[in-house]
Amino acid sequence: MEITVHQIMFALFSAIILVFSVLTVTTRRILRAATFLLLVLVSTAGLYFMLNYQFMAGVQLTLYAGGIVVLIIFSILLTSHISQKFEAVGWRKAYFSALASIAGAILCITTILQHKFQATTEAAKEIDMKLIGNSLLGTGRDGYVLPFEVISVLLLAAMIGAIVVAKRKKTKE
Amino acid sequence: MLNAGIPMEAFLVVSTLMFFAGVYGFLTRRNLITILMSVELILNSVNINFLVFNRFLFPDKLQGHFFSLFIIAIAAAEAAVAIAIIINIYRHFNTINVENVDKMKY
Repeated sequence: MEITVHQIMFALFSAIILVFSVLTVTTRRILRAATFLLLVLVSTAGLYFMLNYQFMAGVQLTLYAGGIVVLIIFSILLTSHISQKFEAVGWRKAYFSALASIAGAILCITTILQHKFQATTEAAKEIDMKLIGNSLLGTGRDGYVLPFEVISVLLLAAMIGAIVVAKRKKTKE
Repeated sequence: MLNAGIPMEAFLVVSTLMFFAGVYGFLTRRNLITILMSVELILNSVNINFLVFNRFLFPDKLQGHFFSLFIIAIAAAEAAVAIAIIINIYRHFNTINVENVDKMKY
């Protein structure tokens, strides 16, 4: 069996995702955890490129890797010392959490591997920006204008809420 | 051939392992920001699942694509509000460990 470039890329991306997502949740330095999370999110964008969803990959890179990780790093710098190390997780907690996670993973993976997925026979749709824009603002059968508007209201509410919550209260003296 | 011969199950296995890494972090971490990071891992693996199902099973439709687009937008809003709350908690308690924050009223 011949190994294609795509398979090598897929193996690389999934290795990065697996190693660094485990490191994200186990490392004892918080800034390193944020950096590992950034690597996981960037290689997820790589997986989206492999699925031919270029727009989603771009959104992933700008919004997740660019926006959320920067937000997380800022809040880390505001709330903890960089050199601070977490105390190690107690073995009991670590053991039972790992047991639950591994059991869940094994259950899900066996289910996935046993199930026969049936693809449609319809021809694949070419996804370009014009189609995405028309669907996002379309009101017809494949239109998403209602969730689009709802999510803009949600983003506005989240923005106002974040400002109100994080604002320092005025002191009397 | 679409996707150059990589089976759908490979993507699903990767996203499952990522999901349960996030679950492990959610169960063991005590710092609020690291818990938030575990939640981001979980959301991200769900996004991969939506896109993979969309690409492999229904390539003529766009539902999974837009669903994960909206999930990313909601995750951004959620991270912004959560970090505002975390900074507020830090101001009042001087720590963001979940075990030391046990008062709703200050």
